[in-house]
Amino acid sequence: MKRNILTAILYTVVTTVLFGIIYPFVVTGLAQALFKDKANGQLIQQNGHLIGSHIIGQPFSAPGYFHSRPSTAGNGYDAANSGGSNYSPTNKKLIDRIAADVAANQLDHPNTEVPIDLVTASASGLDPDITPAAAEFQVTRIAHERHLPESTVNQLIAAHTQGRQLGFLGEPRVNVLELNLDLDQTAPITPRIK
Amino acid sequence: MTANGWFQIFFFFALVIICAKPLGIYMARVFERERTFADPLFRPIERLIYRLTGIDESHEMRWTEYGIVMLIFSLVTLLVTYAIERVQYFLPLNPQHLAGVAPDLALNTAASFTTNTNWQSYVPETTMSYLTQMLTLAYHNFFSAAVGMALVIALIRGIARRESKTLGNFWVDTTRASLWVLLPSCLIYALLLVSQGVVQNFRPYDQATLVQPQSVTTTSTDGKSTTQIVTTQSIAQGPVASQEAIKMLGTNGGGFFNANSAHPFENPTPLSNLMQMFSIFLIPGALTVTLGRMVRSPAHGWAVFAAMAALFFAGVFVAYHAEAQPNPLLHAVNQRTSTLQSGGNMEGKEVRFGIANSALFATVTTDASCGAVNSMHDSFMPLGGLVPLVNIMLGEVIFGGVGAGLYGMLIFVVLAVFIAGLMVGRTPEYLGKKIESYDVKMAMLYVLIFPLSILGFSALALMMPNLGLASLNNAGPHGLSEILYAYTSATGNNGSAFAGLSANTHWYNLSLGAAMLIGRFFMIIPMLAVAGNLAQKKLVPPSPGTFPVHTPLFTVLLVGVVLIVGALTFFPALSLGPVLEHLLMHAGKAF
Repeated sequence: MKRNILTAILYTVVTTVLFGIIYPFVVTGLAQALFKDKANGQLIQQNGHLIGSHIIGQPFSAPGYFHSRPSTAGNGYDAANSGGSNYSPTNKKLIDRIAADVAANQLDHPNTEVPIDLVTASASGLDPDITPAAAEFQVTRIAHERHLPESTVNQLIAAHTQGRQLGFLGEPRVNVLELNLDLDQTAPITPRIK
Repeated sequence: MTANGWFQIFFFFALVIICAKPLGIYMARVFERERTFADPLFRPIERLIYRLTGIDESHEMRWTEYGIVMLIFSLVTLLVTYAIERVQYFLPLNPQHLAGVAPDLALNTAASFTTNTNWQSYVPETTMSYLTQMLTLAYHNFFSAAVGMALVIALIRGIARRESKTLGNFWVDTTRASLWVLLPSCLIYALLLVSQGVVQNFRPYDQATLVQPQSVTTTSTDGKSTTQIVTTQSIAQGPVASQEAIKMLGTNGGGFFNANSAHPFENPTPLSNLMQMFSIFLIPGALTVTLGRMVRSPAHGWAVFAAMAALFFAGVFVAYHAEAQPNPLLHAVNQRTSTLQSGGNMEGKEVRFGIANSALFATVTTDASCGAVNSMHDSFMPLGGLVPLVNIMLGEVIFGGVGAGLYGMLIFVVLAVFIAGLMVGRTPEYLGKKIESYDVKMAMLYVLIFPLSILGFSALALMMPNLGLASLNNAGPHGLSEILYAYTSATGNNGSAFAGLSANTHWYNLSLGAAMLIGRFFMIIPMLAVAGNLAQKKLVPPSPGTFPVHTPLFTVLLVGVVLIVGALTFFPALSLGPVLEHLLMHAGKAF
């Protein structure tokens, strides 16, 4: 028994060095050498400032921006505190929250059904994407706020719509942060804080 | 449901079938200590490990010794994990200066990762340092999986050997599983994940300036609301890919981040998502081939595989169908499926995965005892959430955890041949071994400990309003589902959750910790007893009354036994939870 305990302790130490230290450091070295940008989170710099990551969503609620999905990560899009609402489909809080968001969306788009992803919180609270349906829904508002023809806004959406990966994997999507940054380039305005 | 959705599901499963045979044969060679192409690389490391630790690799163990050594090793690693969590503040690689983990949470987490459960009562971003994640959590991801593989190999040897007292050497099996199978696959897999955008670094969290500052209104407990302008986004980083690889391949499932495989840094693209689902089923699927080869009946391995596949497809059909439905309680919302959106129930789901990949991931992760999630099961439709729950309740045998799934299924095989024997009135046999009273008693013990822990703990939690019910996030029947899911997940060593339950309390940390230890070790011991008992039996030649275990009839019987045992045990609890919620939802009732 004593011998088995000693073996177990030694085995834990030796394998921890191999699997707990050497392995992650080797992966880090290779990852940094081969895919430096991706290994560091695809960060976006603008004028020397860090303004986000290509694949982490940000909150957008001003009328001049494409809105992102509701988020329950911290106070919203807190990328150090990810998570979903975990409301069940029969939870009154969920139904009330969605009803309020639908009402807010319908102020700009009366009598139009709101695409479901625009009023539901994602699992991570950091979803960088909205569906093409949700982007299309917002075209008239953006065109009006940015003084752009709708066709230009539609072209921007098309340029930022990613189809299914390899042609069949996942779902088509629009990266909100990239789209809004492009929008700022095309037709700069000072957004109103909501 | 769409054609593309089903195409993705079939494509995923085709990959699993294609890879099962080569990997299964490779693993059989690894554990039978035959030559493999990887020997020149790993044999020197293996020898070095044995030399440093004083392991005699030629020593053969009886089932009792095998079990005791496994328990000692698990206890040692559990205690090391607990200690490192407690003192992480004083250790390096903690750029966020996270404090030591509280005792009850540290214990729960140590039990959780030792048992391959990876239930997480904490938010990793704000709780665990990079060092703690690498040195203890990712370490357990490797070794709880390697131990699972060692154990199933011991059981397979029990079936294959005749008149033998021993089952192999625990240290050798564990070492070979981790060196020959897990380590090289993870090295390649981690880099593939990085190529998709999974991060791998030791940076402190990055502070980004938001493009559009946000006004955030928070209401304090005394009802006062304060509004502040948030201008920055703190972006959590870390050595994620190296941990993500073994998290999936070892069917562990413990997220580097709170949102697990829904977090864009853990699972950035549909392709990384496919890799993750595939890597959950890869080893459990291949182990059926290893079984077939080691017991010299490849067709038996495939018959077991077929039973698992049938149960998998039943689950994914129900989950996909349920999640693609509109929520009848919502109004003025477009929930229809079209070319512009996947529609359906999108609360707690990511746009890049949509409905098909979320339902598929939920099915796969609970069929196997992985427990990683790319969508929030708590927000699934009632019948969509029923599928993960039932998958775990069936005993984590639909491919199941690495090793654990197959040894669980083999216990059901023992029961199936026993029932077949009863039906024709002959002594049951399994691959030439007579199945006798001792084997069936141990198999029944294995089957009964499981619901005893789930239903017993759930009942206790329900009877204690201040301890059990105070943690609920949802009212009505869904509240019962949350508690039931927690103890099912813990006992089944799955680790996924109806995550609205606030489980970081003394009661839940300790009771769930106990459920995880019971669900792992109390079930391993009767399983090893069956292995030891089978190993020392004589071979009896097949007779006309022998029930063949490689036919479709056997597969049907096996599926039937799994379903009947699960349904008889859990139907009453399920009907009060998800089934009732489904009926009330369609009657227009919210809670």
